[in-house]
Amino acid sequence: MDYSNFISQLLKGNPRAVARLITFVENDIDAAEEIINSIYEYTGKAYILGITGAPGTGKSTFISTLTKFYVDEGKKVGIICVDPTSPLTGGALLGDRIRMKQNFSLKNVFIRSMANRGQLGGLARATEDVIKILDAYGCDIIIIETVGVGQSEVDIFKSAQTVVVLLVPGLGDDIQAIKSGIMEITDIFVVNKMDFPGADKKVAEIKQMLEFRNNYKYDSKDLSVKYAKIELWTPEITKVNSKTGENFDELLKLIKKHELFLKESGVISNYMKNRITNETLQILKHKLTQKIEELLTSNKEIGEYINQAIQKSLDPYSMANLIIKKLGLN
Amino acid sequence: MSTEKKIKVLVCKPGLDGHDRGAKVLARALRDAGMEVIYTGIHQTPDDVVNTVIQEDPDAVMLSMLSGAHNALCPLIMEKLKEHGIDDVLVAVGGIIPDEDKVFLENHGLKGFYGPGTNLKTIVEFVKNNLKR
Repeated sequence: MDYSNFISQLLKGNPRAVARLITFVENDIDAAEEIINSIYEYTGKAYILGITGAPGTGKSTFISTLTKFYVDEGKKVGIICVDPTSPLTGGALLGDRIRMKQNFSLKNVFIRSMANRGQLGGLARATEDVIKILDAYGCDIIIIETVGVGQSEVDIFKSAQTVVVLLVPGLGDDIQAIKSGIMEITDIFVVNKMDFPGADKKVAEIKQMLEFRNNYKYDSKDLSVKYAKIELWTPEITKVNSKTGENFDELLKLIKKHELFLKESGVISNYMKNRITNETLQILKHKLTQKIEELLTSNKEIGEYINQAIQKSLDPYSMANLIIKKLGLN
Repeated sequence: MSTEKKIKVLVCKPGLDGHDRGAKVLARALRDAGMEVIYTGIHQTPDDVVNTVIQEDPDAVMLSMLSGAHNALCPLIMEKLKEHGIDDVLVAVGGIIPDEDKVFLENHGLKGFYGPGTNLKTIVEFVKNNLKR
């Protein structure tokens, strides 16, 4: 298929072309390869903001309100909402737009719902590609809403410049605050629903957790740390009310502060390196898995290895090593 | 080999009508049939519907209407879709649609017209068999 017409329409700012291209990259990784190859040079301008948190913490409503503030500043906003695919039927119910009704008909807002299609980690496979399409479309800010996460869906921090984690009062005690996972990848903690009782207690618990963490801080000049983005920044915390917009001005300042930190500390280059490495790794994994699967089912010699393994004369680790040798990868 | 095409459906309720149980049941049934269903809820203006279609690029749009405003809103939605060059999307309306209105709506390109009591399998099959792309 020829995508050049869609791509030239995309660069002219036609939202229908954006939507079609997103469908192509979502459905077909070969299409994604061709499309990303053509638009890559136009990407890299957008600021990417990741919003994550447990189901029901108010992510969609929060994003809706945040978007309004950015639109008022004159910014063009792209929103990607990821919801889970059913492991049983492959279907999905994408319900995030319901909370974003006030933004449906704004010219400068493009909202796209995605099903994660079984991908673990809180995002969909094509998320990185969709980010690039919205970037080339000219979005100043791209907001990504992950699926409602548990504790270990941390892929968002590899894609986003700033990660905001939403918490609500009355959900989890102080032990939750010192567990591994999303609590460690957060740049800004936001206690949503600040009008509910217990909001201040939640803020205090997070602050206490952050103080512990500061004892282990790395030397702030050491950019060789693999994830300097996380290690060198002390997370901020604030509380908001997404229904009324209360305290969002404070939140916007914190996001700006983090953006400045990334630039001024030089951490941004470390982040870019990690992001591109990670993205390439994912693509390689996908491609190599396909190739290896083909090989495993069609190659005679490997079929012979498998027979040997069944007869216990070869174990799976040794077989894997033989295959790696065969591929010339050792 | 690398394609993982899913049927994507938008379910929504245009106009001033808050009775959304039917739309939710339908959304759930389409989901369970393996489709990706975007549900945008009640009180959608024709512009809301059309903007959602532009951005989400669904294969089918299911309008649920029990308010009696179908003759006013549905043709408007079709017109606006056409204005944006969107002619490859199945648009169906269901809910309370009197028989005497069906020809009028059909002439505007709408399909379906399933009412209360319809077997959900019938609607799932309808969607699968009437896609335009």
